[in-house]
Amino acid sequence: MLPYVFKRLLQAVPILLAVAALVFVMFSVIPGDFASTQSSDGRSVIDAEAVARMNMQFGLDEPVHVRFGKYAAKLLTLDLGTSFRTRQPVVNSLSERIWPSLQLAMAAMLFAIAFGVPLGFLAALKPGGWVDMQSMVVAVSGLSLPQFWLGLMLMYTFALLLGWFPSFGYGDGNPRYLVLPAVALGVAPLALLARTTRAAVLEVMNADFVRTARAKGNSEVRVMRWHVARNAAVIVLTTLGLQFGSIMGGAVVIEKLFAWPGIGSLLVDSVSLRDIPVVQACILLLVLFFLIVNIIVDVLCALIDPRIKYS
Amino acid sequence: MTLAAFSVQNFGAQAQEPRRGGTIRFTAPYAASFVSNDSHVSNQIQDDIYGKALHRSLYNWDSANNKPVLELAKSVEVSADGLVHTFKLRDDALFHNGRKMVADDIIWTFTRLMDGSKSYPAARYVRLLKGAIDVEKGQAKEISGLKKIDDFTLEMTFTERTEPGFLFNAATTSIYPAKEAQAPDFFNKPIGLGPFKFVEHVPGSRMVFERWEKFYKPGKPYADKLVISPMGEAAARDVAFRNKEIDVSILGPTQYVAYKADPNLSKGILEVAEVFTRNMGMNPGFKPFADKRVRQAINHAIDSELIIKRLVRDKAYRATGWLPLSSPAYDKAMQPYDFNPEKAKKLLTEAGYPDGFEFEWTATPNESWGMPIVEATIPMLAKVGIKVKVKPVEGSALGGIVAKGDFQAYIWSNTSGPDPLTAMKCFHSATPQSACNYTTYKNPTVDKLLDEAGTTGDVNKRLDLVKQANAIVYADAPVWFFNYNKAVLAYQPWLHGLQPNATELALQYFEDLWIDASSPAAK
Repeated sequence: MLPYVFKRLLQAVPILLAVAALVFVMFSVIPGDFASTQSSDGRSVIDAEAVARMNMQFGLDEPVHVRFGKYAAKLLTLDLGTSFRTRQPVVNSLSERIWPSLQLAMAAMLFAIAFGVPLGFLAALKPGGWVDMQSMVVAVSGLSLPQFWLGLMLMYTFALLLGWFPSFGYGDGNPRYLVLPAVALGVAPLALLARTTRAAVLEVMNADFVRTARAKGNSEVRVMRWHVARNAAVIVLTTLGLQFGSIMGGAVVIEKLFAWPGIGSLLVDSVSLRDIPVVQACILLLVLFFLIVNIIVDVLCALIDPRIKYS
Repeated sequence: MTLAAFSVQNFGAQAQEPRRGGTIRFTAPYAASFVSNDSHVSNQIQDDIYGKALHRSLYNWDSANNKPVLELAKSVEVSADGLVHTFKLRDDALFHNGRKMVADDIIWTFTRLMDGSKSYPAARYVRLLKGAIDVEKGQAKEISGLKKIDDFTLEMTFTERTEPGFLFNAATTSIYPAKEAQAPDFFNKPIGLGPFKFVEHVPGSRMVFERWEKFYKPGKPYADKLVISPMGEAAARDVAFRNKEIDVSILGPTQYVAYKADPNLSKGILEVAEVFTRNMGMNPGFKPFADKRVRQAINHAIDSELIIKRLVRDKAYRATGWLPLSSPAYDKAMQPYDFNPEKAKKLLTEAGYPDGFEFEWTATPNESWGMPIVEATIPMLAKVGIKVKVKPVEGSALGGIVAKGDFQAYIWSNTSGPDPLTAMKCFHSATPQSACNYTTYKNPTVDKLLDEAGTTGDVNKRLDLVKQANAIVYADAPVWFFNYNKAVLAYQPWLHGLQPNATELALQYFEDLWIDASSPAAK
């Protein structure tokens, strides 16, 4: 298993470099640069000389391939560069934001697992029944509701009308501040997990080995726990890993809406200010996180199902 | 001169005795985060908001009288040629570590701002000091135009006649403690001269401050604590405000209508004519726009009043020139271009475009001065034969596109104050397009008037010359004069002491704010 994990980590390197190159090229071709964003609100003016000086300071006056070469060389030494706007190392900005983002992602995922998996399981036990119909409503709604709108509705209902939770902010570690953004972020993965769990359980329930287990006189609880749940878990876990990607993507909207101090809000501000080193670092971090989560999921799948062999 | 409208209730509240204590919960409404803890690195208004709590500059903005006033100096003497300014500095201004501010701190701060390797935005102001450019280019280590007479007397020599109050009042020119600011961890816990001390910054969520007991204005600040939360989303701010979690919120057109219609919320609305002019700039490099009559025709063809009323929801004032209502050089006698399609057609025919023409209009999605406005004008312009092809761009790209002249027409909101001469210099032919002469406007009479205004020491004469230049620019119509921004701030009934700051309503002097016992954060 360890060689497999090591191999997967090594495979992540070219993926990260490819993402870095893609982001770099994209920000080289779209209009706007850091210097011009300084006057983009029309409040202050910035003359050509100042623009030229800024571009020289940040190396933006060099050809794209030269800039990318320097950037890639730095990246290989784990140097993420310096933020244009703060003039501080990018790693400082990231380190301040990682923990709040992780908190939010984990809370959203826990919410999705806690409600999505049991809902899907119950729906599969009686296909076409009341629970199954309700799970379909939840799934369709959860996947189709825009996160921004959902976040606002949660704010309006649970903060303004009911007064149960604060509507925004990070608080002083009080979990009450985490609830609304985590729910807003977790609803879509919840819906998908519910449907995936339902489909997986239904598939496994109709498998030969389940029929055999029942024929051998195993209790229904034992059949469900040892045969159905365990085999369905592999499919559910795989979906879970993929959902981390959408969680991190959704955080960009939710963090900004709830004034949550994570990587998402940092990314939004950095894009609008064309603070490219920070944008690149944020995206690379999100991709790396996604890759690591999926490696963990693969390992867990192998532990749950001994038939899965990684070499 | 500031056109501001306090509600009757707030005026009543101003008469009350300010109450000490409690927490003011302010919002910074222009982004999801502050740029950094270093006020010198960002010229975003977002960062100016916390800068007013933590720092002080040589000057400050007097919102009531709409002019810059001395802040860190007690008096200033100006030489006959207007180039040498001798400041008698405050001897009671203490940094948050208890050390007295001295002339060396100002000299160090301004020298830092001219560090050519750092591109600090305020360098453009300091550059007017004699010898500042030498420091920027690395040819000198000291700004020769800054001379310390003694600890509390500082002489500044400028290269041209200028009003330093307009240069040195923003947080980008905050005075830092010379020695302490060079410590490696200074910006983890910055100290300044402002009314509140830094406590913590949770990036993207809040900045927290506590009262600086030794602030030089006796009895101020009133509040024990100040929490500023960056909240770039208007809808989220709206919920938080209605939920009484924040004390103020900046309103957009839609919320403005909703708040005005609400019997409770309408009691706490502060409106100010800010120093921004919304306009459509026309590039004379595009042949039809080279003709003044075409530009005038566009001003006549668009029913600006109707757009302001229906689309901008009255959250704007009709523009009657470049200089806004809050400018000391605003000319009340000026009348807006009337909505007159017939006249527009006639002007187009005279200019050689009886069948009109087509042009490309660069616009951002901004609801007050972007795509929605352009879309509203399209049928109006079509009636006089002018077709519009819209070129949508992202907000942060507009500045670069316009500064490079890569447009036929653009729509933007540009600062047109508070210094009327600086605002009008954007129409001086010597001002490059990359600075702010975006329409490459050129008129020798305007140049002459502005040059004369820049050299005269007579304030009234200067204002009169600027007014004349403004009138000529208005007649030449290098832009479609759309509206002046009406900034609207909603505030809770327990918050008192707000100032109608025309330079930016979100910029408040926190030492003057106080909350009464009805605030949820009164204790």
